[in-house]
Amino acid sequence: MKTKRISLAVATAVAAFATGAAQAQVSDNVVRIGVLTDMSGAYSDLAGQGTVVAANMAVEDFIAKQKPNFKIEVVSADHQNKGDIASNKAREWFDRDKVDIVTELVTTSTALAVQKVAKEKNKLVLMSGPASTRITNEDCNDVTVHWTYDTYAVANGTAKAVTKQGGKTWFFLTADYAFGHSLEKDATDVVNGNGGKVLGSVRHPFPGSDFSSYLLKAQASGAQVIGLANAGTDTTNSIKQAAEFGITPKQSLAGLLMFITDIHSLGLKSTQGMYLTEGFYWDLNEETRAWSKRFFERHKRMPTMVQAGEYSSVLHYLNAVKAAGTDDTQKVMAQMKKTPVNDFFAKNGKIREDGRMVHDMYLLQVKKPEESKYPWDYYNVRATIPAAEAFQPLALSKCPLVKK
Amino acid sequence: MIELFGVPLPALMGQLMLGLVNGSFYAMMSLGLAVIFGMLNIINFAHGALYMAGAFLAWMGMTYWEISYWWALILVPLALCVVGVIIERAFLQWLYKLDHLYGLLLTFGLALIIEGLFRDQYGVSGQPYPIPEELSGALNLGFMFLPKYRAWVIVASLLVCFATWFTIEKTRLGSYLRAATENPKLTQAFGINVPLMVMLTYGLGVALAGLAGVLAAPALQVNPLMGSNLIIAVFAVVVIGGMGSIFGSIVTGLGLGMIEGITKVFYPEISSTVVFIIMAIVLFIRPAGLFGREK
Repeated sequence: MKTKRISLAVATAVAAFATGAAQAQVSDNVVRIGVLTDMSGAYSDLAGQGTVVAANMAVEDFIAKQKPNFKIEVVSADHQNKGDIASNKAREWFDRDKVDIVTELVTTSTALAVQKVAKEKNKLVLMSGPASTRITNEDCNDVTVHWTYDTYAVANGTAKAVTKQGGKTWFFLTADYAFGHSLEKDATDVVNGNGGKVLGSVRHPFPGSDFSSYLLKAQASGAQVIGLANAGTDTTNSIKQAAEFGITPKQSLAGLLMFITDIHSLGLKSTQGMYLTEGFYWDLNEETRAWSKRFFERHKRMPTMVQAGEYSSVLHYLNAVKAAGTDDTQKVMAQMKKTPVNDFFAKNGKIREDGRMVHDMYLLQVKKPEESKYPWDYYNVRATIPAAEAFQPLALSKCPLVKK
Repeated sequence: MIELFGVPLPALMGQLMLGLVNGSFYAMMSLGLAVIFGMLNIINFAHGALYMAGAFLAWMGMTYWEISYWWALILVPLALCVVGVIIERAFLQWLYKLDHLYGLLLTFGLALIIEGLFRDQYGVSGQPYPIPEELSGALNLGFMFLPKYRAWVIVASLLVCFATWFTIEKTRLGSYLRAATENPKLTQAFGINVPLMVMLTYGLGVALAGLAGVLAAPALQVNPLMGSNLIIAVFAVVVIGGMGSIFGSIVTGLGLGMIEGITKVFYPEISSTVVFIIMAIVLFIRPAGLFGREK
């Protein structure tokens, strides 16, 4: 009887030890990926449900190819573009729901808030949607990767191209929050650096709907170029109203951050000839087209760079978890930084020590209506901006993690 | 050049003009709300969503059935009037005897549903609605180029506001309406069909929102969020004007549009907040609003 009890105890212990050993790699044997995004507001077309679709595609592709021995779950929530809602949700996910990583985070203010929570909890964040360079400068930390683009990269591409083409005097129409300020600042540096001059700027509340007052100011400034340092519906309304007030084509508009969904919504007639910089365009090559068509089947719209970047970042993370054999934050981060990013979205992309994922960007020009041959055929690719030039050089970094 | 507080006069005039355009929308929207609140005692939170639906119906009409802007100006308000009548018969008529809060909650729920349906179908980036040929181009006012379309918005909204005010305050039908609100039982005793009056009033209020939506469509991107962007400010306008005061809502709407316009010259960052600052001050001094009567 006694031996029976002892052997039972030993067996139980062995069993517990065995399963414990198997599970020690990935906490609770499930990798939970949280997609925290704008599901209903101004940015829900360029990010929103489409990023959840992209994250799920990444998970499915990873499972099909790598056959992992752990489970993967995707959860999602709406942060309503508000920093406090975003950080509360992230806290709840980390503390209660055992979420391992928060992704997406369109709207800079939500990104900055969640970044702090993640550092406190030692969890990873992968950001595809937000724009501000603050994320990898003043506010950088060792648990954050900024994936798709930032204000430096888009301003650098578009403002440089427009200034070099003769648009020497600028006036900015800026969304009044962290993102707009960051975009205006980065674009101003580029304009000044290329022999242009900034005549002034006006800051509008976010989100807005009537931009005519600000446009009138921009018109009165006499600047050749009106730089739109805003995004989403703010940008589309600004463009529409600029045409109404006869501002275009006398003065030209430069959308410093535009997405393919904006062009789709405004139509080619009112956007033709505009320059913009993106980290991704669905119609670049066979690989991008193949993935984008799969995405289109599920979401009924072509992907924005934020959605494509979401897929790329989630897949890179999952591959790193598998390669590192653990979901431990710092080990996975080290693995992600060690491995170059190679997929349809980025070629030889690299995560720098400041958390910036650098990859090629594209300078695009919107086609004329008669040039567009099929649905979503919107851009001419004017230049590929190599990764090394596209993003802010580390030498200018304000991130304490960067060793100089 | 003449300057006022360091701002060139023409620039100031231009901004006032634009403020008047926005004020026209405020006036038309708050007028509908005031009529509905005054007659039905319902705080119609679905007003913004119905305004958005008006803009979308105009866009759908043009896209799917080639209905021109001018026809949309007539047909969309009629269609929304029918929607309003259905809402009133199906939901609101059961709430008149209850606390205001129930009507507010119900209409708020309706607003979320309507907005959600459009968002699900069309996304938030919006749809472009062209300015009608006859109204494209701009007028040179000396101090600014005013797009003809914006000028038309001011004219149309003033006409509509005047017509509504006139109907309610000066005609026999209006007097029945006012009597029906004041004392429904007695009015009914005189042989006037009060439930019918109330139903039509709600239909009229909703039609006004729809008309504002059609007027807004060419000036803004037609987008499911356009109603919720506007409605909060409009409620502030109604509160400042005095809940239920028709004249008050028109004057306050136009006035606040212009104040907002001036704010955009001097300190654009608070232009979306200034309405609420004024609301707080007004409520502090006159709790019933500028033109409201204390009950």
